[in-house]
Amino acid sequence: MSRPSTRAARYAALALVALAAPWLLPSYTTQMTFLWLMVVFALTWDIVGGQMGYNSFGNVLFFGIGAYACAVVQRDCGLGYFGSLALGTALAALAGTLAAAILGPGILALRGQYFAIGTLGLGIAAADIAAGWRYIGGGSGMVTPLFPGAVGARERFFYYLLLVVAVLTFATLRWLYAGRFGLTINAIRDDEEKAEAMGIRTTRHKTVAWCISALFLGLAGAVAGNMLGFIEPREFAFAGSTYGVWMVLMAMLGGRGTLWGPVIGACVFHITQEVFWTYLLGWQRVAMGLFILVVAVYFPRGIVGWFRQAR
Amino acid sequence: MGNLTLLSDAPVLNLQLLLDGILVGAVFALVAYGMALVWGVMKLINVAQGEFVLLGGYVVFFLVRAGMPPLPAVPIAAAVMAIVCWALYRVVIFRIVEKDLFTSILATFGLSILIQQLINQLYGSDVRTVESGLGSLFFAHGMVTVAEVKLVAFVGAGLLGALLVWFLRQHRLGQAIRATAQNTRAARILGVDTDRVYAATFAINGAICGAAGGLVAMTWTIHPYSGLSYTVRSFMIVVVAGLGNLAGVIASGAGLGVAENYAGFLLGAEYQTAFVFSLLVVILVGRNLWLMRQRKYLK
Repeated sequence: MSRPSTRAARYAALALVALAAPWLLPSYTTQMTFLWLMVVFALTWDIVGGQMGYNSFGNVLFFGIGAYACAVVQRDCGLGYFGSLALGTALAALAGTLAAAILGPGILALRGQYFAIGTLGLGIAAADIAAGWRYIGGGSGMVTPLFPGAVGARERFFYYLLLVVAVLTFATLRWLYAGRFGLTINAIRDDEEKAEAMGIRTTRHKTVAWCISALFLGLAGAVAGNMLGFIEPREFAFAGSTYGVWMVLMAMLGGRGTLWGPVIGACVFHITQEVFWTYLLGWQRVAMGLFILVVAVYFPRGIVGWFRQAR
Repeated sequence: MGNLTLLSDAPVLNLQLLLDGILVGAVFALVAYGMALVWGVMKLINVAQGEFVLLGGYVVFFLVRAGMPPLPAVPIAAAVMAIVCWALYRVVIFRIVEKDLFTSILATFGLSILIQQLINQLYGSDVRTVESGLGSLFFAHGMVTVAEVKLVAFVGAGLLGALLVWFLRQHRLGQAIRATAQNTRAARILGVDTDRVYAATFAINGAICGAAGGLVAMTWTIHPYSGLSYTVRSFMIVVVAGLGNLAGVIASGAGLGVAENYAGFLLGAEYQTAFVFSLLVVILVGRNLWLMRQRKYLK
């Protein structure tokens, strides 16, 4: 490991780049905003998937709950734009966490493939229920309030907002993984029976880990829903076969169970996806399926894992 | 929920729902049996199972459009899918057979997205169906109708299931497949070419899916995004019935068909998919909680 001063310098340089990016490349602001969203996706998936060994295909559930909760609050609370956005985002995070806390003990008792398929079902069921529920707009979705301000300012506002969410997620996870909590969930991943025999309250820790994941996903959902301005149940909020799988893929591509792996994976993935979108128009979804297959079969250790092995 | 009173007022409607459910359940059970076969022998959960069904349906659809009668097109779809799946095994699946289940789930999920988007890209996302040219039977003064094509699907699924059971019991390759499922290493020591067995198992599963897909295309509809629901239904049936339990697979297939028909009738058709996926979660969690009473969990 490098000395603390050089590490601080590296973080400062990264922060500077991230802060200056929308001013340097204004036409790519939306793409870069999506990059931060992808970083949050990968990081939150990795808490439960990589560090705890519970491979979820349905984490997108909390993202969708966050997006819808925020939009409903904004529609009904009657405050000004920024007031309702703040309240909505807070409540969205709360709603996501609550959902994880309620579902956690039952769902997280499932192991391995049963957990994977069960969470997959959870995400898709949520999408179909949302698509049929009139109160939240049904299949035609919900429109979030208009941002009061200039066009460029809107993009930058949401860029910084999602940047804050991503940094917050990263900092929290860095702090958690460095301490007892990280060790505990790693113990659950390595051998759950032994961890339980050692006196770790596995159900509680698993649920808390899922709640942390859901908290940040709820935040991200609220902000991303507003950034897009339109919340659609199947293609955006509960998009199991895009965002739901991408989360897994990004964490895996970067290296599961590492702090930086998901961040790197998200960057590489996002660039790949943009390239697909630009050069394979119409075929990008086909290419994405192939990409998932190739990464899962040939590159399961990920970039960070590969470097560690090579060293 | 308003339909609930309708059910008690006209009890004959129950008969209709039950019949429809059991007839569709046979096809679900067939697909689930294929999934159980692959799962048991290759230790691989095939998320692309539903897409294989769809591909079979599209083969029949295009054969019929080219002027073929629908029923003889079903065995052709089975043969085509067997070849496709055999090729898939040789190209990519053989690499994930002995990896952990998560890798196989993610890889076959990628395969499922690939096939689904390929269909969408090549043939569009329209809902398709095949005109079977068969009529309907009427019972109870026309209150209960059974489309003959559903009966054909039911009988076809039953025949295929019986054929499969005979094959696994009597045929040399079938015996090798069962030996590999029981103990791969011992089978290898005794001279079974497990790689060939895996390829054959995957191809047989493809044939089952192809035939089932043909029946689905004739009886109901197919469109590119409906694949995953067949995967989930099969998974559910296998979880309830257990691996290698044929009677259980048939019973839970029929049960699922009936439950789905009732849910579609009571909640409205737009909630039918939501019902299938919610039921999956409920069944998994419920069965797991049941096992936890004995300090066990689903393995």
